[in-house]
Amino acid sequence: MLAVQVKAEAEILPLISSKRLFILECLGCRDVHYPVEKAAEFMDSLKEEIVGKATLDYLCHREFVHEYVKAYAGEIEKAQVVLVFSCGVGAQVVSSLLEDRIVYTCCDTLYLNGFQGLTAKEFNCDQCGECYLNYTGGLCPVALCSKNLLNGPCGGSQAGKCEVDPDMPCVWQQIFDRLAKLGQLHTLERLGTPKNWNVSPASSAPEKRLA
Amino acid sequence: MKTRSNLERVLESGQFAVTGELGPPRSADAEVIRKKAKILKGHVDAFNITDGQTAVVRMASWAAAIIGKEEGLEPIVQMTCRDRNRIALQMDVLGIAALGINNMLCLTGDHQKFGNHPAARGVYDLDSIQLVRMVKDMRDEKKFQCGDEMTVEPRLFIGAAENPFADPFEFRVTRLAKKVEAGADFIQTQIIYNVDKFAEWMKGVRDRGLHERVKILAGVAPIKSMGAARYMKTKVPGMDVPDSVIERLQGVTKEQVSREGIKLCVDIINQVRQIEGVAGIHLMAIEWEEVVPEIVEAAGLLPRPKLAP
Repeated sequence: MLAVQVKAEAEILPLISSKRLFILECLGCRDVHYPVEKAAEFMDSLKEEIVGKATLDYLCHREFVHEYVKAYAGEIEKAQVVLVFSCGVGAQVVSSLLEDRIVYTCCDTLYLNGFQGLTAKEFNCDQCGECYLNYTGGLCPVALCSKNLLNGPCGGSQAGKCEVDPDMPCVWQQIFDRLAKLGQLHTLERLGTPKNWNVSPASSAPEKRLA
Repeated sequence: MKTRSNLERVLESGQFAVTGELGPPRSADAEVIRKKAKILKGHVDAFNITDGQTAVVRMASWAAAIIGKEEGLEPIVQMTCRDRNRIALQMDVLGIAALGINNMLCLTGDHQKFGNHPAARGVYDLDSIQLVRMVKDMRDEKKFQCGDEMTVEPRLFIGAAENPFADPFEFRVTRLAKKVEAGADFIQTQIIYNVDKFAEWMKGVRDRGLHERVKILAGVAPIKSMGAARYMKTKVPGMDVPDSVIERLQGVTKEQVSREGIKLCVDIINQVRQIEGVAGIHLMAIEWEEVVPEIVEAAGLLPRPKLAP
């Protein structure tokens, strides 16, 4: 996990309203920056039925998490939404392991000077401070789209590849495929609004970003 | 009328619209614009001025638009998000409106990697859909993107592009719907060579009633040579050139290819015109502007309507 903060309830509650939840919480980087109490408060305040919860270290470790989700398969099966408290890498790992499950993250990942965490190389998080994974099936367009599109795919997506580099997959094609698999294509109708880039490392002091 | 745009007047009058395209020079030579503008004048209702197309440095779209306007043409200023953040975009929006330009086409822009400065930093603060919404809010709500209010709003007829031929095909109508929802008044499509696929996309557009909310101009372009046809077929992402088009051009002598390319363009205009929901064409004869009058005439689209503001 990287440095994270818990998202505003208003962003999460409409997504999970009256859904059965399974919660995955990562404490791998808690010593660096993870608001343990705030997260606990958020979880306690949820009115939704929670069918199970697992707390573990390092959601970014895919093989390890794979074993975990296997162990909890029965409970995860009962849930309609898997709710993740982790950084963008952890959320992407869980989405990649549970491709037929709706996975939402409750956290925004923030850049912290000098700290890159322990992350799997298959997954990239720009630590942009405004996590978008809840609208993209757990695949990140900020880190992986060559134009950072929030309303992709653009007109240059062809045969699953990005026009900028034919060896690079079009992440928006992957997002489309994942959402189609989840029966969530309606998510793509949503207008992605302009992003707040002001939480980037060069725009504010670390203590303010993590406030 | 939302604006003083001639294009808006033509479209609102229900007449089949024709827009053209003019690429600014890779120099400070105003004469290039004047020459091209003289060719297009009277043959199109408005013309796009590209904004650093293929990410190559050219004269600024707004500046070339002013020169074209001096020649009596109605410009559509193209504006990309590649080179400007939301601050610069809004400044340019105010500027072009103050200069009497009535139309703007909102684009994300070709990636800088394709141009002559591939080491440049791409901006992409906004994407084309967010740009459409921002300009609409400036015009209709008199609000900047941050929410601040302005006194005199930019009255621009807002356009966007759409590519029916990119992947995933199933998403292409949704993307149009998003541009309509964001506030686009008109759409110019990618160049059409696969009319069947375009017709299939238009059916999806009609099924959602989008053709009643936005004016759709079908993109067409004459093919000048076999080399150009093959290049578009194999090298340009998001272009769909069917084998039948290649075969048709191969069926004539080398000297006749450009004539055949013009005929093919006229045929495609006649075909897309029959499709319900197509409000006009966007004719892109880039660096071949001299054939525009001939094509527009052969397609029976002359004279162009003269409507008083």
